[in-house]
Amino acid sequence: MKRWLAVALALALSAWAQGTLKVGVVVSATGPAASLGIPERNTFLMLQELLDRQGGVAGRKVQFVILDDASDTTQAVRNTRRLVEEGVVAIVGTTTTPASLGMIPVVAEAKVPMISLAASKDIIYPVDAQRFWVFKTPQTEELMARAIVADMVARGVKTVGYIGFNDAYGEGWARFFEAEAKAKGLQVVASERYNRTDTSVTGQALRLIARRPDAILIGASGTPAVLPQRTLKERGYPGLIYQTHGVANPDFLRVGGQDVEGTLLPAGPILVAEQLPGTFPSKRVALDYIQRYEAKYGIGSYSTFGAHAWDAWLILRPALERALKKVDPDKDLSAFRAALRDEIEATKNLVATHGVFTFTKEDHLGLRFEDAAVMVRVEKGRWKLERTFR
Amino acid sequence: MDASILGFLLLDGLQNGVIYGLLAIAMVLVFAVTRVILVPIGELLMFAPLSLVWLLEGKIPGTLWLALVLGLVWAGVARGRGALGPILGALGLSALFFLALFLKPLAYPAAVLLVVYLGVATYRVFFQPMREATVLSLLIMAVGLHVAYQGLGLVFFGPEQFRPEPLLRGEVVVGLSWQGVLVLLFALLSVLGLYAFFRFSLYGKALLAAAESRLGARLTGISPEEAGMVAFGIASLMAGLSGLLLAPLINAAYFMGFMLGLKGFVAAILGGLASYPVAFLGALLVGFFESFTSFFASAYKEALVFLLLVPALFYQSLKARAVEE
Repeated sequence: MKRWLAVALALALSAWAQGTLKVGVVVSATGPAASLGIPERNTFLMLQELLDRQGGVAGRKVQFVILDDASDTTQAVRNTRRLVEEGVVAIVGTTTTPASLGMIPVVAEAKVPMISLAASKDIIYPVDAQRFWVFKTPQTEELMARAIVADMVARGVKTVGYIGFNDAYGEGWARFFEAEAKAKGLQVVASERYNRTDTSVTGQALRLIARRPDAILIGASGTPAVLPQRTLKERGYPGLIYQTHGVANPDFLRVGGQDVEGTLLPAGPILVAEQLPGTFPSKRVALDYIQRYEAKYGIGSYSTFGAHAWDAWLILRPALERALKKVDPDKDLSAFRAALRDEIEATKNLVATHGVFTFTKEDHLGLRFEDAAVMVRVEKGRWKLERTFR
Repeated sequence: MDASILGFLLLDGLQNGVIYGLLAIAMVLVFAVTRVILVPIGELLMFAPLSLVWLLEGKIPGTLWLALVLGLVWAGVARGRGALGPILGALGLSALFFLALFLKPLAYPAAVLLVVYLGVATYRVFFQPMREATVLSLLIMAVGLHVAYQGLGLVFFGPEQFRPEPLLRGEVVVGLSWQGVLVLLFALLSVLGLYAFFRFSLYGKALLAAAESRLGARLTGISPEEAGMVAFGIASLMAGLSGLLLAPLINAAYFMGFMLGLKGFVAAILGGLASYPVAFLGALLVGFFESFTSFFASAYKEALVFLLLVPALFYQSLKARAVEE
């Protein structure tokens, strides 16, 4: 007992002497985006345990300061300010696109590197003076739209229809999908909108069906994406139905049931990790993450969103180790933050759960299309790998 | 656009319209008796199917605790003999909920009674103490309750949607399911029932009297407080039943209430917040208008629906005399 205490004391003292590395985390653990934010928070809680066991990074203790933004932009910005003042070396988060965009000016002003967990390309593109400090791990709509259009072309689709949310999510998808479809010679015959809270999309569905497209893409996320698909099925639409990766959670399957059988969607490869071919680069890392997560939170509990958080740490950890060799954060925090940012940008060929990251000065997403997107089909209420793009 | 598309759009508009119509009637009723614009009616509607889903899965929904807390406050403000009603109600409700965990069919009445209890308690706790306040203060309270209840809905039921099993499966004709027929039947029955209630029953007549003149009603021995409770009870009963019937068609979620309530409100405004038949017709108009705009200009649907308010309010403003509040 005494020896154990002494060891603990020595550890604590050395941590004191060295200074704990604080990493700020902002996620939407409550509010409408909670089904995405909770697995992200869980992932960091799991990482905290892991790091406490391993004794941190390069001999320094690491502490994640996890704050909840309640899916609210104002709260996310306030959290970011607080984290900056607490002296974090980097910030990971947040879950949603609008809140992530709101955080950018704050981290840029304080010169703290940030890795966002939200989808939109606008967070990291173009890399200007502010986005200089910002990176992100999830695939963009643009990248996933490419996967959908490639799949459509491979299936001989000539005409497509689109129906999406009447908000930033749906508009973003409409923009990237329609541009990509036109570029690949597909004809977009209808583009409709609906609201997350709508109780009926009969009008839009009838209009889509009247134009007879070979395939329809539904640009929506979560369970509200079920409604148009069900209406299309009920009105006897015979063609292919595509969804976005925003539906890749178990709730979509639960609410959709029989109506979403056969749905095609692009997804991060981790969604079907065990079905990937053995040569797929991210397979081993993804399975490792899933095994750890399920060991802690139960079988079938993992989601692709938590894996984005895991990827952020996979990027951050080696960058921290390299930056620690250059600058001592206890002596000069702002120089360390700048060095850390440079080291994140220097990340090359890093295999993570969702693909392989290689950042450059112009590309702060760094995912290669072939490794970061696969096509998945809903079969008997499960995700089934349809094709990879390698 | 051909005949079959026209038919689908009309059916769709009808199905949505009657629900807006029921909510509009409930709002007109509550407004006439208590001068409260019942914004949280959408949340009352939403609580019913979600509580049902929770009960069917063998869990006690958080809405029961909300109802019990409100009931406790109700008993507190009522004191004395008046406290007996809410306490008995709370006990009965809890007993029903625990029974419903084992006897699934009981979950349906449990969910509806919960919403009714919640509605009446809401009136007693929040609105009755403000009975002398201006319409504006009452509206502010109503909006506050709407935000609070929606937030509680998110806490109780999470961000995702749920889909209870329909009571009746299958389609009658293409585009109209048996569940949709149930909704239409329910609307017809409630309209007839309300008519009979106001026309023939003493309670109904008393409500009308209270709506006509609070002072006059009091002079003839009608308690405006009791009238308010009855009005809230009827409104929440209609909301709860509509919610239960609608949920299998539209997927229930914590955010579903607001838009339904708002469109009911648009319809009620079309009826000048005074006329039941005009409010119901207005609701059908909103339903048809919505289904046709979603066909022709889906991106602008909501904007166009709410634009319907402009001519109606303009007309009202021509009719109304200026009143200083």
